[in-house]
Amino acid sequence: MDQGRHPVRAADPLTEAAGPRVRGPRQFVGGNRRRKCDEGEMSTDLPATSRPAPVVFYNDPRVRSIAYQVALFAVVAFLVYAAASNAIENLARARIASGFGFWNNVAGFDISQTLIEYSSRGSTYGRAFWVGLLNTLLVAGIGIILATVLGFIVGISRLSSNWLLAKIAGCYVEIIRNLPLLLQLLFWYNAVLKAFPDIRESIAIGGTVFINNRGLFLPTPIFKSGFGSVEAALLAGILGAIVFRIWARRRQEHTGRQAPVLLVTLALVIGLPLAVFFLAGLPLGFEFPQAGRFNISGGTEVLPEFVALLFGLSIYTAAFIAEVVRAGILAVAQGQTEAAYSLGLRQGLTLRLIVVPQAMRVIIPPLTSQYLNLTKNSSLAVAIGYPDLVQVFTGTVLNQTGQAVEVVAITMLVYLVISLTTSLLMNIYNRRVALTER
Amino acid sequence: MKRFTTVLALLLAIAAQSASAQTLKAVKDRGMLNCGSNGTLAGFGLPDAQGKWTGLDVDFCKAIAAAVLNDAEKVKFVPLSAKDRFTALQSGEIDVLARNTTWTSSRDTSLGLNFIGVNYYDGQGFMVRKALKVNSALELNGAAVCVQQGTTTELNLADFFGAHKMQLKTVTFATSNEAVKAYDAGRCDAYTTDASALYAERLRVANLNDHIILPEIISKEPLGPVVRHGDDQWFDIVKWTLFAMIDAEELNISQKTLDEALKSTNPEIKRFVGTEGNFGEQLGLTKDWAVRIVKLVGNYGESFERNVGQGSPLKIERGLNKLWTKGGIQYAPPIR
Repeated sequence: MDQGRHPVRAADPLTEAAGPRVRGPRQFVGGNRRRKCDEGEMSTDLPATSRPAPVVFYNDPRVRSIAYQVALFAVVAFLVYAAASNAIENLARARIASGFGFWNNVAGFDISQTLIEYSSRGSTYGRAFWVGLLNTLLVAGIGIILATVLGFIVGISRLSSNWLLAKIAGCYVEIIRNLPLLLQLLFWYNAVLKAFPDIRESIAIGGTVFINNRGLFLPTPIFKSGFGSVEAALLAGILGAIVFRIWARRRQEHTGRQAPVLLVTLALVIGLPLAVFFLAGLPLGFEFPQAGRFNISGGTEVLPEFVALLFGLSIYTAAFIAEVVRAGILAVAQGQTEAAYSLGLRQGLTLRLIVVPQAMRVIIPPLTSQYLNLTKNSSLAVAIGYPDLVQVFTGTVLNQTGQAVEVVAITMLVYLVISLTTSLLMNIYNRRVALTER
Repeated sequence: MKRFTTVLALLLAIAAQSASAQTLKAVKDRGMLNCGSNGTLAGFGLPDAQGKWTGLDVDFCKAIAAAVLNDAEKVKFVPLSAKDRFTALQSGEIDVLARNTTWTSSRDTSLGLNFIGVNYYDGQGFMVRKALKVNSALELNGAAVCVQQGTTTELNLADFFGAHKMQLKTVTFATSNEAVKAYDAGRCDAYTTDASALYAERLRVANLNDHIILPEIISKEPLGPVVRHGDDQWFDIVKWTLFAMIDAEELNISQKTLDEALKSTNPEIKRFVGTEGNFGEQLGLTKDWAVRIVKLVGNYGESFERNVGQGSPLKIERGLNKLWTKGGIQYAPPIR
């Protein structure tokens, strides 16, 4: 009856063993601190004879340490203030425009990829900023997902008992992470440009999808009335799948009986909306790309710059993630795997239920910094003409307005916010998978 | 990365700059002129295989060095991309920017810079593949156009297509190198920049004769050297260096005829070469400042023919850049 619980519980011995060890030093630290804080009161416990003579306040180490910190803070604050006020004064004297008034001025230049409405004649520099920011987030977001999937596959492959697979994964990691990223981006961009045919000799798939050296052209879906019911069905399907999973897990923990989770999930998430889609009378049309005199118009266009940047970033970062994953897996004691095998678990299940959950504790912190790297590296887009935040905002906007200080400050702030948000989310996740003390 | 170091340099320079920028004194003390230049544009600024810089803008910086330091070779050329050029000048990294830069009101007023004049009257054009059978820029509706970032070109392009209600797909690159390479690889139907530069860039594509330059000129691009705002003496010196080169051509004073000019009795020529008056001293230089410019670099016409005209691979007609006396609009105030 208990058998079904083993996979879940198998990770526990380590937790149990590590628990007290972690707790031990903590208590010690806590005790120490308490002693320090309560120094005054505790001195009453000491015999009066061993009591040291009262020190003058400026010899008190606590007063001193606070005084040093206040002094340091004052010096830093003064330097920052002096530099800032001097810069403002000099900017004014050199008659270099300052302030954020440019934000609402008409931009006047075009951007090749815009996720939101944007036109050169009607949109402002502020709008251009959002266009650039969204482009950065798009490539970083998709890049992180791709890099994670690829990184896990390569990392696990490198530890595979299959000699060829392990060596291929090893070569991948060693080659990719030892070449400069900029070089790789240029390689991908030129590979994409050169490998595909000219626009007038596009590869046409069924007359609806075109591939050429200007990108990938796909039909754009047009949602007709009645499509809302399909969306509602999808939402219901996802919710249903989540509820079913929770129920299945509970049942397994109590009775050991397993439910066909994958099958039911697929049926709910894909089958249900599909059924509603047919019942509602196919409420979906497509706008097909059309070959024009110069370009293909209509449809959805995926720029080669975007593809090159996405490939470059994902493949590069995946090499580092693979190493992080490998290190994480190696950090799980071999005994864990042996114990799992002796309980009769198959290799795949051992990896999924025993090894990876424990490895995640080691993997998450360095994985976070890889995600941050990928996001920051996306600013290399400028080299291959992808309109990301740096290309649009610290490139064209800075040059057209000439307000380097403001523009660079805003850009730094944006990257800081993106990085800290990523970090925060990963820390929350890390807390979930970290060793739980009981 | 270069961009951030430049910006950092600007911040430091702005935070630490002293009250009055004495550029002339700084250049003399250094014994070297720091000149912001293109570095990738044939005819205007390009180092050759030996690292020797040539071009119209390069000659202009050499002329300043000739007037101020009496040595046309005492110039350190700093290659700059279009979007980094103003920051480099604002931060004091360079003393003068001579990098085919279009004079516009906003650049003149809000960047803390001053344009000193026009050393090349230009306009924006398009280069396309012959195979497209396009004869006019007005037929480019729906075309993809490669363009360099941080230029007036980028703005004119959007204006032109907007004004003629044509669809446009721009692909923007940080440098003209990247933009031309992408155009050559078929990423764009057209490449656009100043007409003079089109002639130069056309030499770089794989098959020169497969490409044509369309007849339309869609904008005014007066290209001129730039100095920092707030140092009037330096502004005067740089400005009059250009005027001296143009005046020399008008007075028929060239490297060949300089010896005769020195003996001339014509009062205009005497004022130019410094045998009459003390116009050089008024600038803070010596009497023979203009002679040195002609002797070491040449007059405007000589520089033009050598770098972009018939004596160069570009073979650009002088057109608007002829002297006012010969049907063009190059005109300089007199030295007196």
